[in-house]
This record gives sequence, structure tokens and C-alpha cells, in this order.
Amino acid sequence: MNPRPTDATERPVQKAASGGPPPLLPLPTSASTSTSAPRESAGRTRQVELRDLNAFYGSHHAVKDVNLSFAPRDVTAIIGPSGCGKSTMVRCINRMHEEIDGARAEGQVLVDGTDLYGAGVDVVAVRRAVGMVFQKPNPFPTMSIRDNVAAGLRFTGAPRGEIDERVIGALKGASLWDEVKDRLDQPGAGLSGGQQQRLCIARALAVEPEVLLMDEPCSALDPVATLKIEELIGELKERVTIVIVTHNMQQAARVADTTVFMLGGELVEVGATHKLFTTPEDERTEQYVTGKFG
Amino acid sequence: MESGSLSADLLRPPSPRRRRTDKAMRALMWTATGIALVPLVLVLYYTLQKGIGALDAEFFTTDPTGNFLGAQGGVKSAILGTIEIVGFAAVVAVPLGIGVALYLTEYGGKGRLAQAVRFFVDVMTGVPSIVFGLFIYLVLVLAGTGGSTFAGWKGSAALALLMLPIVTRSSEVALQLVPNSLREAALALGAPRWKVVVRVVLPSAASGIVTGALLAVARAAGETAPLLFTATIVKATTFNLNQPMNSLPAQIFQDLKQPNDELVERAWGAAITLIAMILLLTLIAKVIQRRSRAKGAT
Amino acid sequence: MEAATQPMSTGGRPQLGRSPASRLPDQILRLGLTAIAVAVLALLAYFFVKLAIESRLVFEEEGILGFVFANNWNVAASIYGALPLVVGTLITSALALLFGVPVAVAVAVFLTELCPKRVRGSLTIVVDLLAAVPSVVYGLWAFYFLIPKLKPVEQWFADTFHFLPFVAIDSVPGPNYFIAGLVLAIMLLPIVCAISREVLATVPADLKEASLGLGLTRWEMIRTSMLPYARRGIVGASMLGLGRAIGETIAVTIVIGDSPILGHSIFGQGYTLAAVIANEFNEAAANPLHKSALIAAGLVLFVLTLLVNSIARLAVMRSERQSGRPISAGGGV
Repeated sequence: MNPRPTDATERPVQKAASGGPPPLLPLPTSASTSTSAPRESAGRTRQVELRDLNAFYGSHHAVKDVNLSFAPRDVTAIIGPSGCGKSTMVRCINRMHEEIDGARAEGQVLVDGTDLYGAGVDVVAVRRAVGMVFQKPNPFPTMSIRDNVAAGLRFTGAPRGEIDERVIGALKGASLWDEVKDRLDQPGAGLSGGQQQRLCIARALAVEPEVLLMDEPCSALDPVATLKIEELIGELKERVTIVIVTHNMQQAARVADTTVFMLGGELVEVGATHKLFTTPEDERTEQYVTGKFG
Repeated sequence: MESGSLSADLLRPPSPRRRRTDKAMRALMWTATGIALVPLVLVLYYTLQKGIGALDAEFFTTDPTGNFLGAQGGVKSAILGTIEIVGFAAVVAVPLGIGVALYLTEYGGKGRLAQAVRFFVDVMTGVPSIVFGLFIYLVLVLAGTGGSTFAGWKGSAALALLMLPIVTRSSEVALQLVPNSLREAALALGAPRWKVVVRVVLPSAASGIVTGALLAVARAAGETAPLLFTATIVKATTFNLNQPMNSLPAQIFQDLKQPNDELVERAWGAAITLIAMILLLTLIAKVIQRRSRAKGAT
Repeated sequence: MEAATQPMSTGGRPQLGRSPASRLPDQILRLGLTAIAVAVLALLAYFFVKLAIESRLVFEEEGILGFVFANNWNVAASIYGALPLVVGTLITSALALLFGVPVAVAVAVFLTELCPKRVRGSLTIVVDLLAAVPSVVYGLWAFYFLIPKLKPVEQWFADTFHFLPFVAIDSVPGPNYFIAGLVLAIMLLPIVCAISREVLATVPADLKEASLGLGLTRWEMIRTSMLPYARRGIVGASMLGLGRAIGETIAVTIVIGDSPILGHSIFGQGYTLAAVIANEFNEAAANPLHKSALIAAGLVLFVLTLLVNSIARLAVMRSERQSGRPISAGGGV
């Protein structure tokens, strides 16, 4: 089930949205207390669909009429030259885009049929469901490693008793536990760049999002740290739907099942990663993946 | 910058004239720094020399007597008064100033209200302290607000007006230095905005905010003029902010004008005390600033 | 959407919609902070209006121009022309700038460029400490120490250069414009120096290295790269210092002589707007016109500092835009 540009008339999610309780929430949470790792119930990964998405910075039209869907348990990479709108598009999925002065978005972002831009949807709740990892590692400088991971839980008012357990689970999930288990109370800013980024991933995982957005998560890291994160992505995709923005085509080829190529704010081509890099349909895609521009 | 003509003689050492100029200008700047330090050294030396004799246990534990002859007493009421007045002013001005700064950085953005507030806070920074004193004199002292004419809290009000823009401005700078990526990280975790502000932004800017607040307090503690109009000068110690209250700067100002050597010495002693208090605040502020810079936190 | 209307899920996870109660803290904080900001604006508006209303009496009596530009301040005769005060304020502030700014900038350059690393930190703190000395102490010190020490020098200067304008005076009085300017210069030095230092620190290293790489001497690098880059910021810093000098009261009161008659030499006695308010407000309480005149003096002072500060803000803002970094102008020290 590869994502492809969808048009508004054919989508399986429509019936889910119209009948029965909304599929996104409330969520089944029964398994959570018994395992220390983030819940592994495979059913939690979500189908994400963008419909007629447009994003603006003031009068600048950064993302134009994008229709796209991301499959559960898939890693989707977004590639394209700088300024093609790939980061902006991804920031629209958890509504971080609108945090920038003068920025706005139009269209729909459906998570299992629920429109994140719909009336009555609270932006804070959206971000609990759709986590994000940023380009530069940004652990909270005033907090310890433990508190960094627990931050999201505390912000969202998770029960106190659960926090420690979930912190450990998230650190394990981010393959960081073995490296930091003896110094959980030291400042998070004291870790190396790669560890900091995995700390940020752990922090995002701790609130158990359904979708994880990664905005060039390795661009500030060295090759070894990059490799670790890429391995991690492979493990995480069983639990969350992952969308990763990258300017590194090799990285996209390594981690992604599906790759999306964007140019000038428009979606040019979507396809299985292997196919997009070897036999692209669009001429511009071919030029880009063969290094003719960008 | 400099023209390409220099490239021709790159390998030659600078001409003697250029080297002389360089030496002369460096010497000039050394000298200027020396000159700048002269008044400080002189002021401190002179103050210590004149006032050190006045500092004894009695100086800190008795109030001025006001007698024409005999023992003149110490400056206990002035020290306590300064602490009370400045302390109350800080209690009012620091939270308000931080509040305005938070509004400006976290909520106001580039909106019209925020621009107006920013502009007028800047205007306020430049208002002379004596004009604030005059204003408080008009609206609180002459009007007899609170059943008193001159009162300690009115002095605090004048000092709070003086401190408010300083606190606001320095807090705003500290808050602006908090990287936006931290706000985004917290928002992306699903934190409501108020928690982002309280749990992430404020702690990250804390050292900068504290430094600014301490410097504002230090500045207010040395102010004389607004207190003359508002808290006035009395002899007795009081802990009632609604009564006239003594303060070190005002006491110094008054004693200095007396044709009595003991009083003049007391003024110098009070000056030492005041400088020591302000120095302490400034040094604490600088240490906090330095630490946070070393840590690279803010 | 339906999701929004669902009750809280049993698993304790929030919905995409939030209950109004959970939005409340957000709204309280936003409204509270906005209210504080508006209150500060309202307070300033009240401040200005109050001063304007209270000073109306003297403006009606003397006219606005008459008040500001008439050279006659005579309380006994109920004549209030503030020119001697305005001029006194301007002269002392100008002298302060003249003496203080070059030294302050030189110290700032020294501390950022020339000073050995080991002593830079402590020296910086020492210069900052100049700001920790309260103005009344500067006044005291100047009165008891500076005035007697400098009097012979001033007299010699006035006699030797009597042909220069505004210098000649028969007998130099102790307190005078020159002394007041000197004290103000000492007081504005740490402010100007601190901000200039911050501005100079924003000069990009590659710019400096480019100059040195061209074979310029250190002074030539300072002159051609650093000072032009930091010029506007330094101008802004000086203006802020000037604003402080204009409003300074106690130190000036002690060393200017408090004479409401316009002196004809920089070594003559004079008065400033701030000093006159401090000295006369007590006796003025019972005399509406006198009181109103003092408030008007405060208003003129306010307008003067407003003018100076606006120019300063503009200069600092431009230099910020140039360097793309906020400069904590106007902060404590």
C-alpha cells in the first residue's frame, strides 16, 4: 500500500470518518502498563493523508496543492532541493507551521480520517498525537536526561507513577538506554550530538505519538551517529508512522520504503524508494536523483 | 575596507610612520583606561578615608538623634529604610517587568500593541528619576493617598517606576536569547503554551532575568532624588511602609549639608555602607551572568 | 468533527479537542500578560497627562515659549523663565559627553581588542563598578575633593585662555558648570563603555581577520574595520549616556552652585532643570504657580530626554539591524 497522490474522490478513509466512533481516538491503551517499552501494538500506527494542502508564509506560497498519503508502518522520505517546501509540508502535519509569524495553512490533514485542521480540534492535542524531531538536537538545557524525556509526559499531565517506567521505555526505544542509564540525572546538554538527537527522539517517543515527523534529523550529525539514527528508524517503523525530511538522497534510499520528491512547493513524484531512484517517471525527478541540480 | 593598493607591499613591514601611529594609539587607549580608573580609585579611597572612622557597632545599631549637641547616633533607620523601600519596589516592579517582557516575546510578537508597549517602555527608560519622584509626589503624596502624605511605599512606587523599564528591557533580551527551537520542541511534545512559557522558556532565561533584576535593584538603591519627594527623611526606624521612612541616600544628602563634622563623617560612613550594598548586588549579578555564559545555557 | 465532541477516553489519553477547562490556564496567562502590558501603557499615559495638567498654570502665565526661553527665574517675583535651567542642563550634559565619551569608547576598544586576556575580566568588572557608586557619593566626593583640587587649575586655565569664548571669569567659584560636567562624565562613562563594548563584540571576527590579513596594524584594523562597523551603536550608547546626564539630579545639585542666573563662562555657577526641582519643591508646595513651574520644568526635562532617547534608540536599532543581534541598550549597567 504505497502512498501516492490521492484525489479527493477515492479514499478508503471516508467511511471510517462517517460511521462509528472516530478511529483516531480514543485509543486502545490496555497493553501499556505491562510492557516497559512504548506500546508495541501494531494497530497504533496511523494512516496519514494530506488533501489539497497549501501553506503560506505571508504572501509566499510555500506548499502548493499537495495530495499525499503515508501508509502505516512505512517510512516515507521527502526529498527535494533546499526551499522546495518539504520541511514546511511536514510542519503542517503537526501544525507547527502556524507557530511562525504570518504563516498559515489551508486544506486537510487526515489522520485515520480525522481532520487535524477541523473545527474543535485542539492544536495541543494534535501535537501529542503527531510527534516531531528537529533538524538540530534541542534538548532542554535546564533539564537532566531523565527530565528531558519526561518533559512531554509532565507537560501533558501523565500520571506520576507511570513516568519513570515510560522514560526508561522511551530511552530503550531510542537505543540510548545503555549509554545513559548511569547518568540519568546529568544535564541532557552534556551528551554528544548524536546522543542528544536520540534523546530528542526518546523525548518524542515518550508521549507515544501515532506519527513521528523527522525534519532532517541527521543533518547536524557525523556519519556514525547518522547510522545509529537510521538503524533506529528501521526499528521504530513497526510502532509509528514515520515521515522523514532529508536532503541526503542516500539516506532516503537507505531508510525509506516510499520516497516523495518535491520541487518548488509542488509534489512531483511519489513512489517506492527503489523505483523512484532507479526508474523515475518524471524527468525532473530523474535530473534531481542523478545529481543534475539541487 | 582598505584598498587593493596595499597588496603591492604585503611582505614589507609597515612603514615607521604606521608603526608609530599604531604604538601611539595603543598607548592612548591604555592611558584612557587608566584615566577611567582614576576617579573610581579616588572616590573609593576618599570615601573610605573619610568615613571609616564612623563605622562602629553604634553606627549600625542606633538611629539619628537629631540633637544639636552631643552624640548624633547612627544610621540604622536609613539602612533598614533603604532595604524596605527598595525591597518593596522590587517586589512590585520585578514581576511586572518580567510579565511585560513575557508578553512582548511570547504573545505580543510584532503586533501593534506590542510595538507600542516596546516603544513606551523605551521612553520610560529615559525618564529621569526625579520626574518619576515628582509624579509620585503629585499623585500620591499631595493627594494623601492611604491616609499619609510622605510614606515609604510611595518611595517604593517611585523606584518601581524607575526599575520597571530596566527589568522589562533586560528580561526581554534574556527571553529573546532562548532559542526558538526549545519552544518548538516543547510545543511539538504537546505542551500547552503556558507550560512552554513556565517550564521551558522562563527556566532557560532565568539567569539573565535575575541578573537584570539585580542590576535594576542596585540602580534603584542608589537613587536619592525621588525619595526626597516621597519617603522624605526621618530619624526613627519604622517597619510601617505607610509612614515616612529614612533611606541611606537621603540621609547622606541631608547630613552632608550640616555644619557638624560628626554628621559629615556619618554621611561618609553611610556612603561606604551604601556602596557596599550596591557592590554586593552588582557582584552577585555579574557572577550569575558569568556562570550562565560559561555554561552556555542562555 | 466528531472527535471533538467525544468525551475523554477511558485510557486517559486526551482527544483532539480539549475541554474548555484545560484551555483556561492558557487564556488566563495570555489575558493576564496582556493586561499588564496595557496597564503599563495606561500608567505612562496617566503620567504624561498628569504632568501636562499640573503644569498648565505656569504655561498660561508665561506661555510655553516664554517659559522655556525667557532668561529670568525669579521665585520671589513669581517670574518663571527657565532658560538658565535649560541652558545649564544642556551645557553640563554637553561637557559630560565631550569628556566622557572618548574615554569610554577608548576603554571599550581597549577591553575588547588590546587588553591581555588575564586581566580583561577583572578590569571589565572594575569599570562596571563605577556604575555601582551612587550619584550622591559622586556629588559628595566632587564637592569635598575635586573642587578644591581643581580650582587652581581652572583659574589658571581661565586666565591663560581668557580670549576664548565662554572661558574668561574673574574668580572661579568652587561649584560650576565645568565641575558638574566632569562629574557627569565620570557617571556616564560606565554606561557608554558597557554598551560600546557589547557593540564592538558584535564585529565579526572574519572582518577583523580580513583587515589584519591585509597587513594592517592593529590600530588601522580598529580604525578601518571595528569603529565604522560599531559607529551607530556607539552613537546610540552615547545618547543613552546623555539621557542619563540630562536627568541626573543630586550630584549636579551639589556641584553646580544652584544659581538661577545664567553664567557667562563654563567656570560660572549655574543651575539645571533637575536640580531646581529637587531644591525648590519643598517651598513650592504652598505656591500653586511655583509648583506648576517646577512640574513644567520636569516636563521640559522629560521632553529633552525623550528627544535624546529617540535619537539613541534609532541609532541602536539601525546598528542592531546591521549586526542582526540584539544589544541590551538601556539595561542596568
